[in-house]
Amino acid sequence: MVDLLEYEGKIIFKEYGIPVPDFKVVSDEKDIPDFNERMVIKAQVPTGGRGKRGGVRIVNNREEAVKAMNEIKNINFDGYRAEKFILEKAYVIKKELYISVTLDRSVEMPVTLASAEGGVDINSVPQEKIYKKPINPFVGVTEYTKRELSKFLGLSEDHAQEIGRILVGLYSIYDKLDASLVEINPLGLTDKGLIALDSKITIEDDALFRHKEIPVRYFGLDEIELEAKKKGLSFVKLEGDIGIIANGAGLNMATIDLIAQAGGKPANFFDLGGTDDPEKVIQAIELASKVTNKVLFINIFGGVTRCDTVARGVVQAINELKPKFKLVVRIRGANEEEGRKILLDHGIDSMLNLDEAVERVVKLAGE
Amino acid sequence: MAIIVTEKGLPVIVQGITGHQGSFHASQMKAFGTNIVGGVTPGKGGTSINGVPVFDSVKDAVKETGARASVVFVPAPYAPDAVIEAIDSGIKLVVIITEHIPFHDMTKLKLYAKLMGARLVGPNGPGITSVGIAKLGIMPNSIFKSGPVGVVSRSGTLTYEIVNTISEAGLGETTVIGIGGDQVVGTTMQEAVRMFQQDEATKAIVVVGEIGGTAEEETAEIIKKEVNKPVVAFIAGRYAPPGKRMGHAGAIITGNKGTAQSKIQAFQEAGVKVASKPSEIPVLIRQKLGNV
Repeated sequence: MVDLLEYEGKIIFKEYGIPVPDFKVVSDEKDIPDFNERMVIKAQVPTGGRGKRGGVRIVNNREEAVKAMNEIKNINFDGYRAEKFILEKAYVIKKELYISVTLDRSVEMPVTLASAEGGVDINSVPQEKIYKKPINPFVGVTEYTKRELSKFLGLSEDHAQEIGRILVGLYSIYDKLDASLVEINPLGLTDKGLIALDSKITIEDDALFRHKEIPVRYFGLDEIELEAKKKGLSFVKLEGDIGIIANGAGLNMATIDLIAQAGGKPANFFDLGGTDDPEKVIQAIELASKVTNKVLFINIFGGVTRCDTVARGVVQAINELKPKFKLVVRIRGANEEEGRKILLDHGIDSMLNLDEAVERVVKLAGE
Repeated sequence: MAIIVTEKGLPVIVQGITGHQGSFHASQMKAFGTNIVGGVTPGKGGTSINGVPVFDSVKDAVKETGARASVVFVPAPYAPDAVIEAIDSGIKLVVIITEHIPFHDMTKLKLYAKLMGARLVGPNGPGITSVGIAKLGIMPNSIFKSGPVGVVSRSGTLTYEIVNTISEAGLGETTVIGIGGDQVVGTTMQEAVRMFQQDEATKAIVVVGEIGGTAEEETAEIIKKEVNKPVVAFIAGRYAPPGKRMGHAGAIITGNKGTAQSKIQAFQEAGVKVASKPSEIPVLIRQKLGNV
């Protein structure tokens, strides 16, 4: 998932006819012009709750803005520092609303969510105060949906048109950019009408191939997770000391569960995926070695990935890496006999039964 | 009988047959007994691969072979178009193996398939196997045994692990369907469970779920109201951290939604036994079925 920063989202909002405050993106004090009105300066960071940590401040002139910016630059936002800032007019806000378009997995269609209680986490708003309506992609946003939405939010006649246009804009962004979430929170009701005071746009990884305009960068990932992602591998770091490599996401999760249930502490989730290249297995073991302290558990159910391929990769990796940790290999399925033989020829004992393998892993980790 | 794939000899084509995956699995499907009548790769029409004729278009393949089902191995950027081509050519069952198809395409493909009266299985899954009838997909041939258990799963290799366990315990399967690990899938867990309830040969149902979404919770509701056959469930991801995507696009806990705990609880409330490990599944089936 790629999360856009607020200012990137607001540029897109503007293109799609969603009203945003006039804003300027600044990163250095020389970018800040002279002014004499109520403005707001906001840190551009990919984390929530920046306001609570002092990342959003009201300023009345250039001097205050420069001071605020320099102070905010010293704040640590979950490991991120603000490098860019939005400087925009601070409106008098009569009311803060919420509106978004996202995928509803249950109805398998995009859905708009809206509430008159904006400015807070939508998950904390009671269901009955949320307007929820699927948008059929073959139909788009209907006129009656706009009327329903406006009424639900308690908007007056003159704002009904505006909210309709905003919904159309949000849905168009969702559709055209393959977004998984397009959110305005808060949507401010001001004396200048409805204005998007913040933006959140999330784009799915799977769709990035057709969006070269979207900057590919990932927030909130550990160094090893990022390295894996660049190699097209799926890796999630956990807190424990038992490294895990399995093929397939489901088998991986199940392996973690079994280890944890047996009292072990998994260090990671790592999907080897389907491969017939021993080199990929070596790469995987190299990467997993970085989080493994005590035992590395390789659990393979062969299909597309054949057991002999895995065995060859394991043998080579162990010869090259000469790891200090212990190794437990469990292989079943396609070419399991051949795979076991290759391992045994190199002095590596492999197991067939999953429960027994898990038991051994946890026992070795406890030694 | 079985579900979805119920006809022995059903003529099947493979879209993307000249690719590495497509050619390998076309042979494997044939070895299983699937009636693979042709393959499609634009620009490679008139050739053949492992004795299977290749056509330029699905329309040509259908005209020449009478194919009524397709298995899609086409890479993600081109897969949605391949699926539409199959549907437009009158194919009523399209099994999509391809992973990384954007869910936006899937929401539209699903609506289109419904409009045209076609069924989709997948994407990002191992396909469907009806034991003794045919295999449309990539599950290993060796794990199956004919028997009374219907299996529906969101996973690939975990499904093999579990099916293998069920077979080795002497039970065996009717149909095994891997619905796919994505957020939007052609055939849902809910539909599969309903079909297994209707299928006479299926005496017990195994549901393999994982974190993310609410398919398991909705399936539990259906089981409570409509299913009288014994159901055993397994949920992967009990120890998955929130907010992290665990390999599958659909396997993510968002906020407090989609946790394994919520799914396990929903199943237990519906009278479903939830196995804590794969090897427990056949034991729980036996307890419910008696000796079969």
